[in-house]
Amino acid sequence: MALRLPRIGTSQVAALILVLLANWMVSPQFFDFHIRDGRVFGSVIDVLNRGAPVALLSIGMVLVIAMRGIDLSVGAVMAICGAIAASLADSHTLPVVLAAALGAGLLCGLWNGLLVAVLGIQPIVATLILMVAGRGIAQLITEGRIVTFSSPDLAFLGGSGSVLGLPTPVVLTFGMLALTLLIVRGTALGLMIEATGGNPRASALAGIGTKLITVAVYMWSGLCAALAGIVAAADILGADANNAGLWLELDAILAVVIGGTSLFGGRFSVVLAVVGALIIQAMNTGILLSGFPPETNLVVKAVVVLAVLLAQSPRVAGHFAGLGVLLNRSRS
Amino acid sequence: MTRSLSRLMPVFATTAVFLAGFLICSLAYPNFASLRVVMNLLTDNAFLGIVAVGMTFVIISGGIDLSVGSVIGFTTVFLALAIERWGVPPFAAFLVILLLCAAFGAAMGATIQYFELPPFIVTLAGMFLARGLSFLMSTDSIPITADLYSNLSDHAIRLGGGARFTVPAMVMLAIVAAGMALLHLTRFGANVYALGGSRTATGLMGINVARTTVLIYTLSSVLAGLSGIVFSLYTSSGYSLSAVGVELDAIAAVVIGGTLLSGGYGFVFGSFLGVLIQGLIQTYISFDGSLSSWWAKIATGFLLFTFIAFQQITLHMARRSRLRPAGVAQP
Repeated sequence: MALRLPRIGTSQVAALILVLLANWMVSPQFFDFHIRDGRVFGSVIDVLNRGAPVALLSIGMVLVIAMRGIDLSVGAVMAICGAIAASLADSHTLPVVLAAALGAGLLCGLWNGLLVAVLGIQPIVATLILMVAGRGIAQLITEGRIVTFSSPDLAFLGGSGSVLGLPTPVVLTFGMLALTLLIVRGTALGLMIEATGGNPRASALAGIGTKLITVAVYMWSGLCAALAGIVAAADILGADANNAGLWLELDAILAVVIGGTSLFGGRFSVVLAVVGALIIQAMNTGILLSGFPPETNLVVKAVVVLAVLLAQSPRVAGHFAGLGVLLNRSRS
Repeated sequence: MTRSLSRLMPVFATTAVFLAGFLICSLAYPNFASLRVVMNLLTDNAFLGIVAVGMTFVIISGGIDLSVGSVIGFTTVFLALAIERWGVPPFAAFLVILLLCAAFGAAMGATIQYFELPPFIVTLAGMFLARGLSFLMSTDSIPITADLYSNLSDHAIRLGGGARFTVPAMVMLAIVAAGMALLHLTRFGANVYALGGSRTATGLMGINVARTTVLIYTLSSVLAGLSGIVFSLYTSSGYSLSAVGVELDAIAAVVIGGTLLSGGYGFVFGSFLGVLIQGLIQTYISFDGSLSSWWAKIATGFLLFTFIAFQQITLHMARRSRLRPAGVAQP
């Protein structure tokens, strides 16, 4: 993998435009915008707003996958952090609520990171533990009920609040995207993550603190999941430990894969992962707008995954790419 | 079966945990240690046990199959529609669905093999596809009223004390026995282990890697289909949302049973015990009555962690003493 040119991601952007155009065909007012009470309304804004939780998850997930890891626990972490935020919202001030929820997310990430980096457990298994137990922990926090709150401070972070005319979740997502880009691409950290994913042993020998980076990346994924959990809780003014973030880890992985990041690690694009999340949400919205039964959603998703997979497949991508992957595999 | 005793350590550990768990339950509730509870444990977890056998093969070969829960859901909906709406005789419907599942599994295996794609993401697509197709067929819960279904649920060997050795339990025990024979006594089983050790080396040894991979995923999907048949017998209905998340229970059972997720090492009997341990936790919670069901999830998570930590330590010690078992190299 000596040649790693910046990936432009034309195909992903083209796919997003294609899906948006398809939405416009089934619903002609898709690109309409209204400004009411200093807020922008419209179907496109709706796609961005509803896609925010998966987009946030995919920002953390893309870094984990770049290191040849995977984080199955993000949905359960969303449930835990949402439960904490909702149960504290009415009795504590917003900074305390946020600190507790985000802190819990970081702690979950630390647990995953330690299992992977220190105990050397395979990422799928290590994060499976929290995926199974996490929802139980969330239910322990809410005592099995759906906890509701009325605090306007926390509710502001949901879809009903707005910053500069845009829904708060959209602003939060773009803020997190900008921050993540600044950290991984503004410094050499992104390169080190790619190196660790490409060949952990060689990277460690080259002086990269692979263990520390692994733990940090899982913690970042936990932080993103916590933020997504807070947004999801603020959206419905409550926390449902059973259903908050259910199966969203799969959507996030899907978004990352659609964004062109290889599951074999070694290269990634945070922006394209977010584009992938928006493609998924635009498809969901499109199916709803078109009046097709929502049941078709999963079938469409499956077909899209297969198409993206086959396009990425070493066999299809060409002889050279296939050779490169084979070489990498036999080396590691 | 000339394996040394140390290789069987994880299975002994799982057996010990199961027996200790059963002893604790029996001490807490005197009624627990009865044939009836044991038989119910087998019946209630029959569908999970059957899926876990297939999952064991997939995981030993170094893969993973996330589609099994959706395949069970698809099977129950298909059977309900075929038997109730289309008037297909039950046994013909069983045959058709098993063939459909075989084709589905073979297609996933072929995609993994020929396009060199990670099993995780291919079977994830399979999971979406099977669940989506069952939603498309019907979103209602359809009761199955065929004579065969009521006959089969009446047909059980009565063992006294209210204990019933039911058809689902019989099917599961037969599948576990057949799975053990297939994995430990046949050439196919040896190939599965070899594949989990190293794909490249397996290919160089002259073993047909492509054929074995396709067969493994076919086996997993067929067993998921069989599990769906048992599930529809157990509930006498078909519902597109049934068995959501069963793939995770099956993976957890396989890991608790001592199989390494990196492949190359594991036992069908361990997975069977892993299923029983999860069932034991559920039964304990229902006996207690005051504990909430979420404790089951936390307990399963804790068990998973304990077993994986135990495996890591055993592996570490094995490496240090240079008695490295074949095929445990980290990917």
